[in-house]
Amino acid sequence: MSEKEVIIIGGGAAGLAAAVACKQKGIEELLLIERGGYLGGILNQCIHDGFGLEKFHISLAGPEYAQRYIEQLLDQEIPYLLNSMVVSLTPQKEVVVMGSNGLQHFQAKVVILAMGCRERTRGAIGIPGARPSGIYTAGVAQELINLKDYMVGEKIVILGSGDIGLIMARRLTLEGAEVITVAEKLPYSSGLPRNINQCLYDFNIPLLLNHTVVDIEGNGRLSGVTIAQLGKRGGIIPGSKQKIACDTLLLSVGLIPENELSLEAGILLDPITGGPQVDQRGQTSLPGIFACGNVLQVHDIVDNVSLEAEYIVEGVAEYLRGKPRKECNIKVELEKGLRYVVPQTLNSLKDTLFSFRVNQPGEKKALIFHDGEKVIKKKSFPRVNPAEMIRVKLSSRELEDLKSLKVRLV
Amino acid sequence: MKTINHDFHIIIIGGGVVGCAIARELSKYKIKIAVLEKEDDVGWGTSCRNSGVVHAGFNNRPGTLMAKFCVEGNKSFEDLCHQLGVPYKKIGKLVVAQKKEELKDLQKLKQQGDANRVDNLQIIGLNELKRLEPNLVGIAALYSPETAITSPYLLTIALAENALNNGASFFLNTEVKDISRLDNSYFKISTNRGEFTSSYVINSAGLYADRIARMAGIKKFSLYPCRGEYHILDKKASWMINHLVYPVPQDGTGGLGVHLTPTIDGNILIGPSNEYINRRNDFSSTFPIMKMLSAEAYSFLPLISSGDIIRSYSGLRAKQVPSSVGGFWDFVIEESDTVNNFINLIGIESPGLTAAQPIAQRVVNIINKKERLNSNSSFNPFRKGILKFEEQDEETKKALIKQDSNYGEIVCRCEKITKKEILEAANNPLGAKSLISIKYRTRAMMGRCQGGYCQTRIMEILREYFELDPKEITLKGNDSYLLNGYRSNKENNQSCQKKKLLSLEEGLLV
Repeated sequence: MSEKEVIIIGGGAAGLAAAVACKQKGIEELLLIERGGYLGGILNQCIHDGFGLEKFHISLAGPEYAQRYIEQLLDQEIPYLLNSMVVSLTPQKEVVVMGSNGLQHFQAKVVILAMGCRERTRGAIGIPGARPSGIYTAGVAQELINLKDYMVGEKIVILGSGDIGLIMARRLTLEGAEVITVAEKLPYSSGLPRNINQCLYDFNIPLLLNHTVVDIEGNGRLSGVTIAQLGKRGGIIPGSKQKIACDTLLLSVGLIPENELSLEAGILLDPITGGPQVDQRGQTSLPGIFACGNVLQVHDIVDNVSLEAEYIVEGVAEYLRGKPRKECNIKVELEKGLRYVVPQTLNSLKDTLFSFRVNQPGEKKALIFHDGEKVIKKKSFPRVNPAEMIRVKLSSRELEDLKSLKVRLV
Repeated sequence: MKTINHDFHIIIIGGGVVGCAIARELSKYKIKIAVLEKEDDVGWGTSCRNSGVVHAGFNNRPGTLMAKFCVEGNKSFEDLCHQLGVPYKKIGKLVVAQKKEELKDLQKLKQQGDANRVDNLQIIGLNELKRLEPNLVGIAALYSPETAITSPYLLTIALAENALNNGASFFLNTEVKDISRLDNSYFKISTNRGEFTSSYVINSAGLYADRIARMAGIKKFSLYPCRGEYHILDKKASWMINHLVYPVPQDGTGGLGVHLTPTIDGNILIGPSNEYINRRNDFSSTFPIMKMLSAEAYSFLPLISSGDIIRSYSGLRAKQVPSSVGGFWDFVIEESDTVNNFINLIGIESPGLTAAQPIAQRVVNIINKKERLNSNSSFNPFRKGILKFEEQDEETKKALIKQDSNYGEIVCRCEKITKKEILEAANNPLGAKSLISIKYRTRAMMGRCQGGYCQTRIMEILREYFELDPKEITLKGNDSYLLNGYRSNKENNQSCQKKKLLSLEEGLLV
């Protein structure tokens, strides 16, 4: 069995940034494990631009963004495995990897989970109707078009207004397909406002809010879908059903952190984020196992994935220097207006970066952190949106003498 | 291209589990047989769309073929699976009463089972029920330890492959359009792929058996499709039950009630509903039934949540009477009294999977009585399935990867299926080449991500292996193409793209 200080599972945005950050912290015995045939993960199929604005102050395409990290990784000679899948992870941080050379066992002091996320499927959201070909999740369609150079269809309906769906509406239009409409079940889009503008409105693609697909037709290939308008309580408004002839249905109905390995290892997950419950440095319920990126919480901007990875490596370095003493055990409690928070618990009162998602869109809102009666911090936002993650840092001074922590949006 | 001689002694119409079992049974004799199947693979009708249960035989009226063949089939099923390399597990079944009024129905069911000579049936009380199934809501149950589960599609594939190996011919994508009798000695069968001739026709066309009979001039049969919808649950819910869990059946309905079925692969099925419909190819799921299934399952097993559902699907039962009559009518397995040498199998619904082998033997007996069949001394009853890498121990895994590095590449993450297994499935002797054929043979794409990770990889493997044009890769044969072709090769697309870009540029200039 080969021993490593840190093993990183996943060579996408999070894993790459974590690897580079580990090296910068002087961690030498490092190994990054990627199941695919190349580094960069999903960024490789995101050939549109808009990546890197925060991190590099320039708008890059996905592969360019990945390349910046891959080059650092190569420069610093950080070892990595391709075409290698972690098939087992134990609480003792024993990692079993399978590849064309067989099965390899590693013992790590720290494991960083960076497996990303997967797409929610038709089965999970229960769309009724037939089961023809021509139904793709947006990410699969993106892979087929951008990486394999195939065309998936000609007349397209998109269900769900997640960012990948919006990006694909534009991509398919540029490839000559007709994107008939994007239907979103909620009264607001789940994608970023800039993507609504640049991918739908600039191409005259209608976004139908409060609409969903209620039937699918086709024996061989998809021949049409029926969409309907939803009322306030989520029921179908009578008379609102309309049939749309199309050959392709794209689903952009949510992303699910890919935590199969975490579950097998016995890591506690947060039912709302779908990711591990972590402390302020991304450490999961199993000591020495950390998580960052979309496996921890689904991000809307890749820059934040990289930043999060770099941020948790601080904790990794601390852990390797000697298990830090738990200074406290404070559960971050959410009051109204907020769907989730990461981290879920604090066990030290050092500077901490919090991520939140709000329940619904709103204007002129403020996030209030308080310890009992005492307001620790108040941060105002001209508008909030469930599609946009809110990130707020609290300094060690602000957290000093903290007994409890509650957060609400008002 | 090699020319195919389309002249056979016996032609079997329909490659479902029964048609394939008949083909295998007949391949024990020296005769030229062929199976004509309209789909791209065997087993895509009712055979792949059921609960996968090997019934014990207490649900059927004593004296019926259904009861007789079900009990017989149950007793020989394990051997059959063993010969064919098909998974089989005797997990037992509980018919659970939730109300006092249902207790007498359990007694009746047990009496019926005893009359059918089903072994080991017993009524169990609350305590024993709680011991067997702690998570279940119920007051008593009929416990049938002889009830088992299998993989209905793997069994159908295995029967077909074994028949093929023993000399039977299979014609996929071959839809029968007409049947005529030539000079009263042989049949001419017209299909979309040319004409076939044979001395016997065995009509095991399942949902279409009445139509096939009518083509031969036999008008006495009508079939009524009765749809059963199912949900499939994530494997992470599989710990909740250990046995098949059925409600007390209601008289006059088309099914046995919505039950919870652990599958041989470790999922749980909820279903099926029973609803008579008009179209024989309408395998839709419908919103009200999807909701009903979840509610029914919840009443037995409150731990189940709709978040556990990973897929919904449906199958059709070939009913011999309309919903106004309802219930189960006995299997018809007989030579036509008007058309010589034409053997009809009508209304083969549940327990058709369990009874497939006895049904096949009955068909062989019918023929054997008309002419003595010579046995095929080289018949080999054994067939090996695709080796499941994930089920091997670590040393075997290492050795396998050393042998063939394709074992070292996991293609399907959820079900841990390797590239080698996908390639073996692609190399199937029947020549089925669609995504669904790979799925049924390997379980790839059947996990919780439903092919999100592996579907594109499997499409690439199929394209390379069969040297397909992108447009020829299909989900399930025929017109179920997955891709429109290459992105850049499509003239149409290119001109559209140019137009769009021009209009964009114009937009920018303004």
